[in-house]
Amino acid sequence: MTAAVKVKGARRTGVDWFLLFLRVLLIGLIAIGLLAFIAQQIDPNNWFARLTHDGEAASRLSWPQFRGLIVTGLSQGAMYGLIALGYSMVYGVLGFINFAHGEVFMVGAFTGFIMSNKFDEAGWWDGPIFIPVILITILVSTLVATATAVIMERVAYRPLRGSPRLIPLITSIGVSFFIQNAVILLFGPGAKGYPPNPDWLEETIPVVGIEVKKLLVIVVAAISMAGLWYFVERTKTGKAMRAVAEDKEIASLMGIDVNKTIVTTFAVGGAMAGIAGILWGILFKSVIATTGFLPGIKAFTAAVVGGVGNLGGAMAGGVSLGSAEALAPLMLLEPLGVEGPSQLRDAVVFTLLILVLLVKPTGLFGERLSSEDRA
Amino acid sequence: MSTTTTDNDVFEPSPAESAMAAAPVQSSVDWNKVARFGGILALALVFISLSGMPVGLDKRTILYWINPGVYVNNPDGVGLTLGYLSLLIWPILLGWAVGNEVVLEGMQATKRGFSDLLAGFGVGALGGLGVFALTFLMGLDREMDPDSGALVYGVRDPLVNWNENLYVLLTFNRGWGFALWVWPLLAGVLALIGAGLRLLPDGIRKAVLAAVTAIVSVSIFQFLIDDVIEGVGETINDPGRLSNFFGDPDDGRPRVDSVFDGLIEFVYAQTGGLRLQGMILIGVVAAALSLAGSYVTRGRFKASRKAYFDKPLAQRTMSTSVLMFVTALALIILPFFTGKIANELFANVGIFLLLALGLNIVVGLAGILDLGYVAFFAVGGYTTAVLTSAGRGDEWPSWVPLFVTDDGEAVVGGWLIALVFVVIFAAITGLLIGAPVIRMRGDYLAIVTLGFGEIIRLLFLSDWLSGYFGGAQGITNIESADFGPLGTVSGINPRSVFYLVLFFSAIAIYVSWRLERSRLGRAWMAIREDESVAEAMGINTVNMKLMAFVVGAVLASFSGAIFSAKVGSIFPTSFLILVSIIILVVVIVGGMGNIMGVIVGSLVLIGVLGGPKQPGLLQEFSEYKLLIYGALLIWMMLKRPEGLVPNARRSRELHQDEFLQDAWLKGEVDTGDDGDVAVEVAPA
Repeated sequence: MTAAVKVKGARRTGVDWFLLFLRVLLIGLIAIGLLAFIAQQIDPNNWFARLTHDGEAASRLSWPQFRGLIVTGLSQGAMYGLIALGYSMVYGVLGFINFAHGEVFMVGAFTGFIMSNKFDEAGWWDGPIFIPVILITILVSTLVATATAVIMERVAYRPLRGSPRLIPLITSIGVSFFIQNAVILLFGPGAKGYPPNPDWLEETIPVVGIEVKKLLVIVVAAISMAGLWYFVERTKTGKAMRAVAEDKEIASLMGIDVNKTIVTTFAVGGAMAGIAGILWGILFKSVIATTGFLPGIKAFTAAVVGGVGNLGGAMAGGVSLGSAEALAPLMLLEPLGVEGPSQLRDAVVFTLLILVLLVKPTGLFGERLSSEDRA
Repeated sequence: MSTTTTDNDVFEPSPAESAMAAAPVQSSVDWNKVARFGGILALALVFISLSGMPVGLDKRTILYWINPGVYVNNPDGVGLTLGYLSLLIWPILLGWAVGNEVVLEGMQATKRGFSDLLAGFGVGALGGLGVFALTFLMGLDREMDPDSGALVYGVRDPLVNWNENLYVLLTFNRGWGFALWVWPLLAGVLALIGAGLRLLPDGIRKAVLAAVTAIVSVSIFQFLIDDVIEGVGETINDPGRLSNFFGDPDDGRPRVDSVFDGLIEFVYAQTGGLRLQGMILIGVVAAALSLAGSYVTRGRFKASRKAYFDKPLAQRTMSTSVLMFVTALALIILPFFTGKIANELFANVGIFLLLALGLNIVVGLAGILDLGYVAFFAVGGYTTAVLTSAGRGDEWPSWVPLFVTDDGEAVVGGWLIALVFVVIFAAITGLLIGAPVIRMRGDYLAIVTLGFGEIIRLLFLSDWLSGYFGGAQGITNIESADFGPLGTVSGINPRSVFYLVLFFSAIAIYVSWRLERSRLGRAWMAIREDESVAEAMGINTVNMKLMAFVVGAVLASFSGAIFSAKVGSIFPTSFLILVSIIILVVVIVGGMGNIMGVIVGSLVLIGVLGGPKQPGLLQEFSEYKLLIYGALLIWMMLKRPEGLVPNARRSRELHQDEFLQDAWLKGEVDTGDDGDVAVEVAPA
């Protein structure tokens, strides 16, 4: 990265001053927003709130609302984290952003839609055998998503090994475009609804106030994450993956089949995205062909926030991004007097990406990239 | 090239080498390859069938005389439709591709023969079996609904195109038993033809391909050709039309019998598509021209063209200016001969050409992959809208100028003054977006610019700023651009938009052309090739990259300003990321870093397939064009990353290894491993 390293004592140019200003501005806005939020929690009618709300008092956020936001943020963040793992691993191994990874997630969600509706027609979805049925659905979605990721690698990315950096990235944009529109043409452009969840999934756990389905999402994500961690850190294949990420040539000299390892990486990343896809379906109950785009970009942001190539970082990045996305509109933008703040949720995410890249380009937990990518 | 294919073998082995090589190997059928290609063909055909393309495109007749025996969606069109063509083209292409062989330098190609035909037929037959399998499954799934008596399908639920129309189309309305033998046979024969093309001598093959291309394009472009020929005919009848310079092209254009009416009737059928006689005429003409090109002139034309381009730039000025003058004249008089729709099409192409030229500077010259390029388009559009629409948000303070007279008319020259502000705001946006991303890695930069593009669209869309930009309702009632005595440019009169776009495109082309050869352009190219080296050479990479952003932004904002005046109302949905990606496809397919390539790219893609929302010549394709854009992007990156019209330098960069290897094989470079410059090994 030519950016981050700045020689001490080098002359600051106009751009540097501007970037400094931008950093100060963004962090300052965040600080003011947070302070204003705290102030209006204590006294909704303080002078700053009146100033930003056209002379009227701000509204206070109640504890159940706040708790609801946090749980939503965590469950969405868990999904972002799962998708981010795929970005992170592929970036670690191949050094390019697989733009189409969001589509793998969408394919998972779509498969879940088809499966769940077929099960629903058979009357199994809402019945007593829901648990095994949903396990089968998760399994099939994961398999289809994995297959998509592997085919993608084989068809579009393998022939491009060793080409200039931007070529695979542009290809992956094409792949993303292609998959999205293929799904639109095959299955129609409209939103596809999941069947209603069993009642007990929609209930709220009395004391802690968490909806069961959101808890389920968090738990499933945590289990998958643990499984992945075990796979990467404790198995031989995982070791091979880490070795290939470190240095492909030396890894192949050590007798590691680099191609096979790369395929494994795509497959594992695809599986995680597939799980995230079906969780998305259960949580939001609807999927369209463009579902994959924004979560994909956000998951990439999560990977950057956590530090690309760093698995724990990806998960942590996902959770913090999800929380930021849920909380920031009401905790930062609303106190600053922005109308309709939840419309700007996605803008918050992108701003966060820019801020992280400006302030700490290696992410919160540091990047783990192969030596050739550090340039 | 070290690994050239047989169909573009550039390196002639010297006589000595030929003598050394053994007698050519007779080719034999590689059944593994046949199975692989057949499988791909089968999957492709099934996918295309289920994507709805064949049924959707069945309305458009290509050739009027062939009767496949079904009139699914096309009761009066008896012929080869675009729908069938979308399936039948693939066996031909894959039949050709299966014979493709990598010939290493100095090796000899295997001799072509009967086995190639066999392999081709095998591929096609396998693909045909795939279609049969689909029809068989559909046939199993198809049952009579006892209530309505209609045929219903069980799998219809997820797959929208799994329906009776497709079944009828694929089985030629004769049931799947018919598909069992007809599809393998049909696809097999077509693939055999594709493979057989390889056996023909080069000149004949070219002629055949030229004839086929001409026939297909003449029938696809029927609308445009029809329009132009009639326009020319009418002008010959009534030259007075030409004086109506800025007028409505369809005004005073009675459909008089023109001298060319007979020709059009001869070539085209009334329901659309070519007649048999038209097909023969066009095929023969095209083939004859092609044969003349390869046999009669014997490459003299090519040689003179090469001689022309070999001349130093200074000596080419005369011919260049003549060429440019002729092109400009042709473009200026063209709209007189075409109708409203064709002019609308040209105007759209021009708007995207402007965008593509701007992106070409950013991506093609400076090598910065900007995925949020649409942001500048949006800034241009919204700035114009705010300054020239009475319908802009009501929260603007009164000192923000509004170039609308009190009775709601456009102020003369108001658009031009607005354009000044557009340029200023676009440049500022370029700096604001450019500065934070300029030092990032290329791929991070891509995503962050994409984020910026979305942020800008979300801001225009938000309730927060809806007092200024109208939120989701956008800004309506944008005044047309009034140039006083020169006329008014508005969407009602596409010809005027065409001229405006032409003017700005000419500026953009000139600017890009000059920039490419300037110090700045060379700095950009150096940055594209290797940023660290460029920096070491003393190039201020940060400033240069910012300049690229600003120039690109200004060109895009021109386009936005024209778009605004043309459409008359703008909404945030006109500025989706999709637009950025489509412009990127245009630049890449055309040829990054090459102005000619970008022009060709916009003509071919935007003109034929259409822009994100604007229909192209193939209006039927609007549903499928995004899929085609995606597929094209992948295919170009895999097979021809330098684009259709490559920039010589860029293409050398992309194929560096091959160029070096070739040069080494020809003994042009000394790579140091031929003995006399031995790598020094330290003694143990």
